[in-house]
Amino acid sequence: MNRELTCIVCPMGCRLTVELNGKEVVSVSGNTCKRGEDYARSECTNPVRVITTTVRTKSGKILPVKTDKPVPKELMTECMRLINNLCPDCDGEIAMGKIICENILNTGANIIAAGK
Amino acid sequence: MRNVDLVIIGGGPAGMCAAVSAYNAGAKDILVIERDSDLGGILRQCIHNGFGLHRFKEELTGPEYAYKCETELKKFPIDVWCNTIVTDISKDKIVTAMSSERGVEKIQAKAIILAMGCRERPRGALNIPGTRPAGIFSAGTAQKYVNMMGYMPGKNVVILGSGDIGLIMARRMTLEGAKVHAVCEVMPYSGGLARNIEQCLNDFDIPLYLSHTVTDIHGSDRIEAVTVSQVDEKMQPIKGTEMYIECDTLLLSVGLIPENELSKSAGLTLDSITRGCRVDQNRQTEIEGVFACGNVLHVHDLADFVSEEGEVAGESAAKYILGKANTEKCNINVSTDGKVRYSVPQKITDTTVDIKLYYRVSGVFDNVMVVAEADGEIIAKQKKAKVVPGEMQYIVIKKDTLKKDTKELKIRIDKA
Ligand SMILES: Cc1cc2nc3c(=O)[nH]c(=O)nc-3n(C[C@H](O)[C@H](O)[C@H](O)COP(=O)(O)OP(=O)(O)OC[C@H]3O[C@@H](n4cnc5c(N)ncnc54)[C@H](O)[C@@H]3O)c2cc1C
Ligand code: SF4
Repeated sequence: MNRELTCIVCPMGCRLTVELNGKEVVSVSGNTCKRGEDYARSECTNPVRVITTTVRTKSGKILPVKTDKPVPKELMTECMRLINNLCPDCDGEIAMGKIICENILNTGANIIAAGK
Repeated sequence: MRNVDLVIIGGGPAGMCAAVSAYNAGAKDILVIERDSDLGGILRQCIHNGFGLHRFKEELTGPEYAYKCETELKKFPIDVWCNTIVTDISKDKIVTAMSSERGVEKIQAKAIILAMGCRERPRGALNIPGTRPAGIFSAGTAQKYVNMMGYMPGKNVVILGSGDIGLIMARRMTLEGAKVHAVCEVMPYSGGLARNIEQCLNDFDIPLYLSHTVTDIHGSDRIEAVTVSQVDEKMQPIKGTEMYIECDTLLLSVGLIPENELSKSAGLTLDSITRGCRVDQNRQTEIEGVFACGNVLHVHDLADFVSEEGEVAGESAAKYILGKANTEKCNINVSTDGKVRYSVPQKITDTTVDIKLYYRVSGVFDNVMVVAEADGEIIAKQKKAKVVPGEMQYIVIKKDTLKKDTKELKIRIDKA
């Protein structure tokens, strides 16, 4: 079976064709670079995404945050629910890069500040 | 009147990168003027990732990208005035700036860089029949509400326009708990990047209706529903295809226009397609010593290219100020064939440097050869599996391939 994908790793957005044998990836074509192949393999076995969102700090400031690595796609909604309940205390400092929540939902990913 | 060598208007990535490169190229007396309370421009509200892959080789959010540019800028003694709006520039490079702190002030500049970015097309520019209830926002305004003020404009959303901002907002509103019922695009293809269709719509099963538009708006105080219809090749709604979609919010993502009121006040004419100034390879406009870069010049999809263009403008402005600009000039007009919609620069005045010509196409074309022809002679070509209007491309014109007396450089699309 073949599966058609759009690579989301860079703005080129290459159209990928993945040859599948059940759940197993046999081959990937259409990619311009190696990252496209890695993406196709991951997407067909364990699709992951980086989450970018905001949290409201103690003083009411809106702070951009993100997961520092991709998390399983099916956990995105659950992660969002947890993130929206965070209320970090990092006012008056440049928060950029600061860990706001460690190892969210045991994914190994931290929520870090992605704005100042 | 204050004298400053280089005044840069706008503190987005274009302005910030222009300032740093001008400094490194020898201009030391530089002032960046930004009307917002902070540097960063539109990137401050673009909290999604996807920035900086070319420039920093990592995937950054908009605020992270802006922060990197700002950190670089702050390494140098470059003056920055925030909360200050430029209200006028004159032909002889007098900049009028206004702030509550300093009042109205006139600055005589030796060179000016225009880096004012762009703004969204107002709704007035769209002719949608129906009532005018509350709940209709431009996608960028909604982005500002959600990402900078922490306020959700609504719960049931329809988005008109499939440019990147609309796609990004579809995902953003969904993640924050809203239901996005549809993204409608009047064209038969999306104006956004393929990756954004994948990760912003397909990930959340949000339907994208191509060749569809909003033909009616319902509701009196607050929007209650929209009618969406399919359109034919002439963009006329097809009877019998109407869908009635209940919603409390309609986001309009219908394109950006370079913010060029100041350029007009300086007497610069605008390119009818890009809606930005006409520039040469140094990003110098028709007025010597006035340069333009970033979204004010033409709408970019990647901040990386904005930064790069800022650097070109910054270095050129510094050379101009130091009297090092190339004066042995030629005058080659760059034209396009219509399939290639426009190119930047529009004019080439130096044949002794490599030139990166940016262009955008007017439709979706498969398996093409992009050809650069100087007075009938092919000097560069480039094979492309697919070109789409949503993705800016470039072709490099190598130095010394153009001759001083070349009149015209034509960029066109052939079948491969
Ligand atoms: C919603 C959105 C999403 C995007 N997503 C991506 C993405 O995923 N990846 C990517 O690489 N690129 C993306 N881009 C493109 C990229 O971010 C922009 O092209 C880039 O930020 C433009 O930079 P700029 O400096 O030209 O303009 P801007 O960032 O708009 O900066 C212009 C600045 O000039 C100031 N200004 C304007 N007029 C005046 C005046 N009269 N006086 C003083 N100051 C003034 C404004 O306040 C503003 O700060 C996106 C753009 C938008 C709008
Ligand atoms: S395959 Fe490589 S070049 Fe193509 S979109 Fe993916 S990362 Fe980009």
